[in-house]
Amino acid sequence: MTQSTTQLMNLPSCPNDAVDVHVIQRIVEEHNQTRGALIAVLEDIQAEYGYLPETALRTVAEATGRSLVDIYGVATFYRSFSLQPRGKSLISVCLGTACHVRGAPMVVEEFERQLGIRVGETTSDMAFSLETVNCLGACALGPIVAVDGHYFSKVDPAKVKSIIRKARLGLSPVEESVA
Amino acid sequence: MIELTINGVLVSVEKGATILEAAEFLGFPIPTLCHMEGLSPYGACRLCVVEIGEGPKAKLVSSCTYPAEAGLKVRTASTRVLRTRRMILELLLASCPQSKIIQDLASAHGIRRQRFKQEYEDCILCGRCVRMCEEQMMAKAIGFRGRGEKRSIGTPFDVQSDVCRLCGGCMYVCPACQLRCTYTEPEKAICGGCANLSPPCIEKDPYDDMLCYMSPCVACEITKTEMKIGV
Ligand code: FES
Ligand code: FES
Repeated sequence: MTQSTTQLMNLPSCPNDAVDVHVIQRIVEEHNQTRGALIAVLEDIQAEYGYLPETALRTVAEATGRSLVDIYGVATFYRSFSLQPRGKSLISVCLGTACHVRGAPMVVEEFERQLGIRVGETTSDMAFSLETVNCLGACALGPIVAVDGHYFSKVDPAKVKSIIRKARLGLSPVEESVA
Repeated sequence: MIELTINGVLVSVEKGATILEAAEFLGFPIPTLCHMEGLSPYGACRLCVVEIGEGPKAKLVSSCTYPAEAGLKVRTASTRVLRTRRMILELLLASCPQSKIIQDLASAHGIRRQRFKQEYEDCILCGRCVRMCEEQMMAKAIGFRGRGEKRSIGTPFDVQSDVCRLCGGCMYVCPACQLRCTYTEPEKAICGGCANLSPPCIEKDPYDDMLCYMSPCVACEITKTEMKIGV
């Protein structure tokens, strides 16, 4: 993660955003500044910072020549984009119908209890963020919990502790499928 | 030129015209809320519904966004249309019971009772202000944010936008923020949608589900019938 704190000169500085304008500009350029690439650009920014910092969105607006409202509208429309800093690991507990009837609400509660946060919050040490999602597409294996791209199946409250431990140790990065 | 029939009357309009424009040309009134001359059609409020097609295939469309098609058969005031329109108005009224424009529309459509919970929302998301800001003021300072239940209109990050020139155009076109007369200051309030200019004749409390601005006054009607049957 880039730690440089370059600020856009004409923009209000945001103390929490350690955003490198050049990184954002590079991401925008990689996508050829095409109109349709906005979501891809935002995804890349989120991959870089874990969330969408305000300065980054302003930079995107400037680099693409689009207005900030459009970009902000897209960024707030999709649940997978976050405008708040998120923890190192993102724990997504599926609360889709199938997982729900198999006891996912209890899993959520257990996560909340063990991490000491509520759904949508981040632990104070910035290690974990907890969220619920509405179906991860593996209903037969539910309840499903996804942590940083890793899927845990048939999760019950008893397994929560080990999932958190594994995530803390760092889950091996998922290999990108070679097409 | 395109020929279509509206309420049985043949009319020809230019290509690209909407049903609403064609109906206006003929003089058939269609109530609108999110539509505004000079702004692009948006189709948010659905108040302008009309029925097109015939028989079981007939369907409701929003006339402000539906382009006139050759041979189209449009009904602007069928029973189904009127029923739908009233329901839409009732729902709009429930979300914004304080908006004078919506109240007057409701009143004009014979809605006499509010059946739904009043939400006192300050926005019906009709998008007039958003389009005004973008299309007439060339600013794009405000826009839609979020989705579903959380959808709202405002500036990015809720801070004053640097492209906003404080022109006030957004407020000027807003149908929801025009306040109506209230019960709280009885001397100043006027009952009956400001139409009959008579002072309010009821206390609010006994009739909290009613909306006294509607003319004829619901409360008076009820008091009269109650007196008649001697409750
Ligand atoms: S409901 Fe959880 S994966 Fe489908
Ligand atoms: S006026 Fe047509 S949908 Fe609002």
